[in-house]
Amino acid sequence: MKEIAYRDALREALREEMRRDQTVFLLGEDIGRFWGGAFKVTNGLAEEFGDERVRDTPISESTIIGAAVGAAITGMRPVAEIMFGDLTALAMDQIANQAAKIRYMFGGQAKAPMVIRTPFGGGVNIASHHSQSLEAWFMHVPGLYVAVPSTPYDAKGLLKTAIRGDNPVFFCEHKLLYPLKGMIPEEEYTLPFGKADVKREGKDVTVFATMFMVHQALTAAERLSRENISVEVIDPRTLVPLDKAALLASVKKTGRIVIVSEDCKTAGVSAEIAAIVAEEAIDYLDAPIKRVAEPDTPIPFSPPLEKFVIPDENRIIKAVKEIV
Amino acid sequence: MTHDKEKLVEMYTKMLEIRFFEEKVYELYGQNLVPGTIHLYAGEEAVAVGVCSALSREDYIVSTHRGHGHCIAKGADLKKTMAEILGKKTGYCKGKGGSMHIADFNIGMLGATAVVGAGVPIASGAGLSIKLRGTDQVCACFFGDGASNQGTFHEGINLAATWALPVLFVCENNLYAMGTRQSQVMLIENVAERASAYGIPGVTVDGNDVLAVYEVAEEAVKRARVGKGPTLIECKTYRHKGHSRVDPATYRPKEEVAEWLKKDPIIRFREQLFKMHVLTEEEAKEIESKVTVAINAAVKFALESPYPEPEEALEDVYA
Repeated sequence: MKEIAYRDALREALREEMRRDQTVFLLGEDIGRFWGGAFKVTNGLAEEFGDERVRDTPISESTIIGAAVGAAITGMRPVAEIMFGDLTALAMDQIANQAAKIRYMFGGQAKAPMVIRTPFGGGVNIASHHSQSLEAWFMHVPGLYVAVPSTPYDAKGLLKTAIRGDNPVFFCEHKLLYPLKGMIPEEEYTLPFGKADVKREGKDVTVFATMFMVHQALTAAERLSRENISVEVIDPRTLVPLDKAALLASVKKTGRIVIVSEDCKTAGVSAEIAAIVAEEAIDYLDAPIKRVAEPDTPIPFSPPLEKFVIPDENRIIKAVKEIV
Repeated sequence: MTHDKEKLVEMYTKMLEIRFFEEKVYELYGQNLVPGTIHLYAGEEAVAVGVCSALSREDYIVSTHRGHGHCIAKGADLKKTMAEILGKKTGYCKGKGGSMHIADFNIGMLGATAVVGAGVPIASGAGLSIKLRGTDQVCACFFGDGASNQGTFHEGINLAATWALPVLFVCENNLYAMGTRQSQVMLIENVAERASAYGIPGVTVDGNDVLAVYEVAEEAVKRARVGKGPTLIECKTYRHKGHSRVDPATYRPKEEVAEWLKKDPIIRFREQLFKMHVLTEEEAKEIESKVTVAINAAVKFALESPYPEPEEALEDVYA
């Protein structure tokens, strides 16, 4: 095992897959040799693989994704970076109407093996256009897979799987996680999609969380353990496909669930998870489903305002205590 | 003219196939046999056939909602095309796409997108793929004058120009974006002028003259194959029918329609072929009856084919 930061784990996945498969290439804004990616994920890759395979693009999000679609359906495996998740709005037609539907519309003739990497999440005071968490938009489009890694280990293993797969993958990263360190094996590994990870076992209440919220949930669980409340933290790792079996098994074990998600509450990730639990495990619940999510506002700039809207360990603890 | 007789006859036959095919689709629609709507290619045949005649089977095309002509010109099977339009299981897309979403990846037909302008970056991506794989293929991207006002047109062509990608951007300028006349939405008369903004050649050509289109396309293909990058080709043409089946196209002046009908690309090409002694009246009639037989067979095949099982709606979402 070795210790590595989340951003470096992502870069290892890209490097290994680019070495393994000549059809893998990268495109995006400022990902090349002069900048190495706004969050330095692709730093150094242009030096190793050349400018042809690590392509700096114009500021044309729609065309970054469109070009990835065109390349993917003709034999390549592009990995596109959108500098901030918020900017996927500019590319929404290419993501939701083209990449996601190109296989289905053409009766299974085409495949679009492509990855769209982008960072979501707040906490760095860059306001409404650079801080959102929009995973739910992409969960709502059949044809896309949605990965939400919370650790360096998950990030590397899932990204390798994403690149090797034959479907378009919307690969969510989190700004606050890039410097986070964790252990990964020295040897090569991949992680399957649709397989949740129990980040902490417990028996009193299930806390479902993704990405940065997993760490908030783990901190909350640690604090609650001192009060003899045993929290199980479930990290789905991919929202599509979703490991429903693991979610439901945990709920059936604990009889309680708090769903934590760094996005707006209305029609967000937490709404979908709550609906699944209500539909398929309501008889096992000993308390109402609790959701900890953002209020339905844009992300504000000023630190006290931003801190107020983004879920944290204290809000998770409060929600847990309301139902145990 | 350097074209050999066989090639010219093939081009004429393809144009006729498209025209007769579209006439049948129109007729079937009137009999309630075509679900949804249709966007007919009749009148614009010289564009698809002129461009696709300059391509090889391995080359790619990206098509639009008005795409039947592109399919046929690239060599698609008439039966599978008709079956798809009728929503049948035997169609190209097993009934999942319909009139606006036909594809045949075996002949480089990368499919039709019904989002205006969305095909432009996809074609650039196919061009990028060609460049990275190091083949000598090219990709032709069809779109209308309306699409040239989309951001994707500008972004996609800029990318292809900057990276010298082997793409032909083919604007079928039929003067109307649905019911909006070109002059209402852009100050320039020729869309091809926009090429200069990206530093690539832009050519305006009579889109009802198949040989003129072919020659321009051939030149663009030559450039593209040797790494000199994309060309924007604007083909001035006219659709014979409205935008879609429900559109009587009353916004077009009668005189304008009459003038363009006189410039029918098929009649013009036939007369040209007579003059060039490539075709006799008798041979022309033979071709007509041969095409009629092929179209009728396609209709019969499509009508007799089963619809997909409802549950097939759940298949093909993921690979």
